[in-house]
Amino acid sequence: MFSITDARVIGPEVKRFEIHAPRIAVKQGPGQFVILRLHEHGERIPLTIAGSDPARGTITLVVQGIGKTTRLLNQMEAGDVIRDLVGPLGKPSEIERYGHAVVVGGGVGTAIALPVARALKKAGNRVSAIVGARTAGLLILLDEMRAASHSLHIMTDDGSAGDQGFVTGRLEELIAGPEPVDHVMAIGPLPMMAAVAEVTRSYEIKTIVSLNPIMVDGTGMCGGCRVLVGGETRFACVDGPEFDAHAVDFRNLAQRNSVYRDQERRSLSEFEAHPESDLIQMHHNCRLAHLAHLAAHHAAS
Amino acid sequence: MKEILPPKQRIKIPRADMPEQDAAARIHNFLEVNRGLEEAVAKHEAQRCLICNDPKCIAGCPVGVKIRDFVELILDGQYLKAAAKIREDNVLPAVTGRVCPQEHQCEGACVMRKRATPLAIGYLERFVADYERAAGKIGIPERAPLTGKKVAVIGSGPAGLSCAGDLSLRGHTVTVFEALHEIGGVLIYGIPEFRLPKDIVRQEVDNLRHMGVEFVPNTLIGKTIGIDELLETEGFDAVFIATGAGLPRFLNIPGEQLGGVYSANEFLTRVNLMHAYEHGVHDEPVYDCRAKTVVVVGGGNTAMDSVRSAKRLGASRAIIVYRRGLEEMPARAEEFHHAQAEGVEFMTLTNPVEFLGDEHGYLQGMVGARMQLGEPDASGRRSVSLVPGSEFTMPVDVAIIAVGTRANPLIQASAPDLKTNRWGYIEVEKQSLRTSKRGIFAGGDIVSGAATVILAMGAGRNAAANIHAYLATGQW
Ligand SMILES: Cc1cc2nc3c(=O)[nH]c(=O)nc-3n(C[C@H](O)[C@H](O)[C@H](O)COP(=O)(O)OP(=O)(O)OC[C@H]3O[C@@H](n4cnc5c(N)ncnc54)[C@H](O)[C@@H]3O)c2cc1C
Ligand SMILES: Cc1cc2nc3c(=O)[nH]c(=O)nc-3n(C[C@H](O)[C@H](O)[C@H](O)COP(=O)(O)OP(=O)(O)OC[C@H]3O[C@@H](n4cnc5c(N)ncnc54)[C@H](O)[C@@H]3O)c2cc1C
Ligand code: SF4
Ligand code: SF4
Ligand code: FES
Repeated sequence: MFSITDARVIGPEVKRFEIHAPRIAVKQGPGQFVILRLHEHGERIPLTIAGSDPARGTITLVVQGIGKTTRLLNQMEAGDVIRDLVGPLGKPSEIERYGHAVVVGGGVGTAIALPVARALKKAGNRVSAIVGARTAGLLILLDEMRAASHSLHIMTDDGSAGDQGFVTGRLEELIAGPEPVDHVMAIGPLPMMAAVAEVTRSYEIKTIVSLNPIMVDGTGMCGGCRVLVGGETRFACVDGPEFDAHAVDFRNLAQRNSVYRDQERRSLSEFEAHPESDLIQMHHNCRLAHLAHLAAHHAAS
Repeated sequence: MKEILPPKQRIKIPRADMPEQDAAARIHNFLEVNRGLEEAVAKHEAQRCLICNDPKCIAGCPVGVKIRDFVELILDGQYLKAAAKIREDNVLPAVTGRVCPQEHQCEGACVMRKRATPLAIGYLERFVADYERAAGKIGIPERAPLTGKKVAVIGSGPAGLSCAGDLSLRGHTVTVFEALHEIGGVLIYGIPEFRLPKDIVRQEVDNLRHMGVEFVPNTLIGKTIGIDELLETEGFDAVFIATGAGLPRFLNIPGEQLGGVYSANEFLTRVNLMHAYEHGVHDEPVYDCRAKTVVVVGGGNTAMDSVRSAKRLGASRAIIVYRRGLEEMPARAEEFHHAQAEGVEFMTLTNPVEFLGDEHGYLQGMVGARMQLGEPDASGRRSVSLVPGSEFTMPVDVAIIAVGTRANPLIQASAPDLKTNRWGYIEVEKQSLRTSKRGIFAGGDIVSGAATVILAMGAGRNAAANIHAYLATGQW
């Protein structure tokens, strides 16, 4: 059982959680993730570790509610508990001193890009961050991103915040600018990552993306997370999730990610119509945790 | 009391049949197929044993269960004592009675096999274990006084469980770390409910808890805690690695990335561990197999479990595609017969060479080719080769690859000084199960490669004995 120590909404359907997981808090590195399961009947879903506080034993997750499990999670508050959580999974980002590093974050990808930006800055890189969203209201973690970079570029499709345009447009400008770009890290929706890869390919700028295939165990046991990189099968949960953007087959990944679309839609609409049963499951957990805590307390005294 | 028939009459008794759920009904549910013997039938079956002076059956059992003795206790009606007798060598009798390949082990060695049919040792083992469970009187042996030594076991499959049980009985404090959220390894995530009800595994795990074993799920050693840390900072005196051979093998043919192509591990994990067969109640999805053609590539237990699960998920055609012949199939004989009765089709001497997709990247068809068997190789297995020009195409909606597993390299990656062989399995000293690192032992599938439940348990017991000796002397 893993308790939520803090939960706050930071954007439409986007919530940031602090979760008590002391072992993971000391072990995690930028780019790594956890897999969690909310309750007894829940599915296992991966979420990136957006930060940690080893002293308090907590990790930060930023969750975008897009389907049943993430929406249910986003109804949780401080004091609620998550049944299962394992990590840190995957390989940490390779952080070196590249020179000028550009970190591109789209949508909730910004949360995942944040620890990478921090680490790149700490390693002595000059970090330019580009964050993009459709519209101003969808931008998240701007202050954090500003602090984690040397310059922050905000792009919206409708110009309601920052500059109007796509993150790829700004990336092109930076590449053409006075300071050569040595390294690019892009995290966001698949089409965005694919577009970034196209931009940097011709300039031969090393570009890393963090992939989000469907996962089950996260330990290399099922092969469900396999992605094609340079024509080879790689398991994103153990070989990744970060890969060389120029070698990734994005089309295949997009297709594999849509395999359960019908079932996911059905689960979501059933959940939205009757959220009670799942909420009861969650709070059942809490009560058990509470009782266990009492029992432990009792035994100790 | 015991009625002893003369051997001639005993041989005339026909072997007991296992009552089973009717095939037409069972393909619509995940309930256990075999129902178990009635007491009277079990006793009758036990009568068939010749109570040999030199019981060959025992030599056929990898852990040397005292078969003759437990059968005699059945004849006496002392079922609890019979169960306790088995437990002296085998801590999971309810499991092995169901899943051991008996025809190659105990029953394969029984002298009755030559004269008639072998004693149904597996059925009897299951009978006493189930009797014991139903009676709620599991004969948990007494624990030795605490030694103050701590042992970490990595992985909660049969190897890890049996090692943990033995060490705990010897008074050591044992913690089992498991990456998944449930305890049991392949017994939980691989072997389906209709063959091994999960309640049985859970009960055995509870027994171990009562014996003092601590279980820590959701902990991936090598990531959550480093293996060296277990000894250096977590205060463990010895470590047993029992992480299994969980890395799925693929065919490396075109189209394997298509949606609808699964590894058996993924398919079975979704179905068993995540209960995808109860989608609606449980959230994890699995591809809707209803009215679909599902092919499973392979001929082992994993392939049988996958194809029979697909059938139960509503597949209109569930087909085994195997590159050798029926005789070469490594699956347990019973699984093959059950699959056949359930309407599973068998395409032997066939192998896929390509999977074909539609415009959305979804599996649509398979190009298969006929295979021919050649001369036996050094290991006695006949080689296979493709018959040139024999390719054919068939429509397929779901394909499940069950062609074996390899060693998961996760642990080794976190401990580069842990010696492995060229296939990635951990190297150990044969007798002592010691690895190249002081205080660390290994056993089960991660050492032997994919094998059987009982061999993994045997390795776990053996490791426990060696770890106990090491803890007593401190000598490496
Ligand atoms: C390594 C990794 C890190 C991630 N980090 C974050 C993060 O920090 N914040 C965040 O909001 N999201 C993150 N995701 C995505 C997140 O896992 C999915 O949004 C979530 O699983 C959706 O589940 P659902 O039930 O809410 O939606 P569903 O309706 O079930 O699914 C919606 C879509 O999410 C994807 N998805 C579904 N199930 C899984 C699964 N088991 N594993 C992976 N993807 C799945 C599919 O593409 C699907 O079409 C990450 C994914 C990966 C692989
Ligand atoms: C589908 C299927 C059907 C089978 N049917 C039969 C049968 O009928 N009869 C038979 O005798 N045998 C059968 N087998 C084979 C048998 O199950 C295995 O040989 C046996 O389970 C091996 O036991 P083990 O303890 O070595 O490993 P496993 O049972 O594989 O358990 C290993 C455990 O370790 C965990 N783990 C791995 N890495 C880590 C880590 N780094 N940290 C923490 N935990 C970790 C895994 O999650 C897993 O739970 C079958 C196998 C499969 C897959
Ligand atoms: S453990 Fe397996 S091989 Fe040994 S007696 Fe029991 S069923 Fe037979
Ligand atoms: S070999 Fe067969 S007949 Fe002889 S003791 Fe064993 S089970 Fe009984
Ligand atoms: S999620 Fe199962 S192997 Fe990666």
